[in-house]
Amino acid sequence: MKKNVNRNHIKESLAYRIFTVFNTGFILLYMIICLVPFIHMFALSTSSVAAANGNRVSLWPVEFTLSAYTEALSDNQILSSLKMSALRVVLGVAIQMLFTILAAYPMSRENKAFPGRKAYVVYIVFTMLFSGGFVPSYLLIVSQLKLANTVWALVLPNAVPVFNLIILMNFFRQIPKEIEEAAIVDGAGHMTLLTRIYLPLSMNALLTLVLFACVGHWNAWFDGMIYMRDPIYYPISTFLRVTSDRIQNVSTMEDARLLMRISPRTMIMAYTIICTLPIVCVYPFLQRYVKSGLVLGSVKG
Amino acid sequence: MIRSAAAPRRSLLARSKIRETWPMHLMMLGPVIMIFIFAYVPMVGIVIAFQDYIPTKGFFGSEWINFENFEYMFMLPDIWQIIGNTLIISVLKIVTTIGASIIFALLISEVKSKTLNKVSQSVILFPWFISWVILGNIFKDAFGLNGMVNQLIKSLGGNEVFFFGENGLFRGLLIGTNIWKDLGYNMVILLTAISGIDPTLYEAATIDGANKFQQKLKITLPSIMPMIVLLFTLALGGILNAGFEQVLVLYNNAVLDSSEILDTYIFKISYYESQHSLGTAVGLFKSVVGTICLCTSYFLANKLAGYRIF
Repeated sequence: MKKNVNRNHIKESLAYRIFTVFNTGFILLYMIICLVPFIHMFALSTSSVAAANGNRVSLWPVEFTLSAYTEALSDNQILSSLKMSALRVVLGVAIQMLFTILAAYPMSRENKAFPGRKAYVVYIVFTMLFSGGFVPSYLLIVSQLKLANTVWALVLPNAVPVFNLIILMNFFRQIPKEIEEAAIVDGAGHMTLLTRIYLPLSMNALLTLVLFACVGHWNAWFDGMIYMRDPIYYPISTFLRVTSDRIQNVSTMEDARLLMRISPRTMIMAYTIICTLPIVCVYPFLQRYVKSGLVLGSVKG
Repeated sequence: MIRSAAAPRRSLLARSKIRETWPMHLMMLGPVIMIFIFAYVPMVGIVIAFQDYIPTKGFFGSEWINFENFEYMFMLPDIWQIIGNTLIISVLKIVTTIGASIIFALLISEVKSKTLNKVSQSVILFPWFISWVILGNIFKDAFGLNGMVNQLIKSLGGNEVFFFGENGLFRGLLIGTNIWKDLGYNMVILLTAISGIDPTLYEAATIDGANKFQQKLKITLPSIMPMIVLLFTLALGGILNAGFEQVLVLYNNAVLDSSEILDTYIFKISYYESQHSLGTAVGLFKSVVGTICLCTSYFLANKLAGYRIF
């Protein structure tokens, strides 16, 4: 009997070892699949026009040149777009964080400790369930509030991101009640509790949310496309979308002239790299915090 | 005994400043106002779905036409195809993405090396942070006629494939690229669930002679089942959102039949064709059905997995 178990164990560990080898290989392969598109894009953007158009570029630059980048950055448009994006990220993140913190503190309380909490929950949840839709929001922002061509059209509509609110609320709830009670005994009020206890103890969660908000504002392009009439106000992602659309579907003389000067392929890739770079730089810091944040925000009931 | 020990502390709390609740209402004031302006005021704008809205005449000057916009909407030749596309693309995306993330979570949880485990999670999650504008540019190039993928197919002896011109292929491209982008998100959530499983369960199973495969099937999978159910039910709530930005960035007129979804259609008729009333009507239809889906989904998530939003 004992012998049998032993033999089983050896047999299994051999099969398992073979599985482990294949498993590791498979995961390494998939990691390559995740990264290859970005490497290919980088290789294209730094290759010569002839090499890119002749399909000679795969994962390594051919006839290395930075001319696509110098051409891209010589455009005043892209500089004003970068400025607009920076402005939107700074303002948007500050506004989002302020309102998220202010709402998360009361919402993290028990119903008994915060009379009226239920009404606020209904008020917020209803906006998650139902929305006015695209046209009414558009008409409100453009016709009623006259926010077109201003950064406010990009930062105000999503001032209270519910997903972030839920993350922070769940995080506040995990803070041990004993710490809070000690402060209350010493006479602390709500504002003191929030600024002296809750916020310092939630630095990780706050950092996660700041990074989420930065990436969100950097990536957003649709609102810039519909609310910014004048291209000089486009944030960078909108600029990327509109420019690549123009290069891919030439319709005006101006577009055609642009294409005579540059190679669409290396150019689009250079623009795209410029747009991706900040996220690549932030990601190493981001991914440390991101996992707990995702779980707290999506499925922690 | 315990009760009497706790009593004096409670009375101290009862007398403290924390009893005052007005500062909390004050904190809620800003968020409540912002939500009112940007979420509730647009709901009033829904009235234009029942009007023949003309911007110069405004909300109050435009003519009321009751349900004509809705009747017109359901007579549009394309509307059922668009609703069908939305549901098909959305269901395929939910099933494939969550399915793939379950497989990847199980495989990665078997990786012994801590470094590879961490690095692979970070790498696989990376595309989730990249916007569809950027990914659209990459995929349009990579799957285009001169792209990396066609070069590979040709070097293997195949014929070029026009991914952006054939309806079936294009829908496959939408599903495939969506798995690639969103896989990491669900995978990370499932891996957290797997790491929470009590290790003594596996030890007991090993002593009973269960091999690794049986352990995955009989311990890991049942343990993360509530989380899988939760992911599916929450995804159900967004079933009418088939991926607006992805489709808008990738599609073209040649593949409208397989990829025009409600959101892109609403955008097209209300933004490019300025049919504000019709756009609002289709949007309202989508919102109402979407609300029913979301309520069902939250109800099921609460029943099946004990989930609550707040």
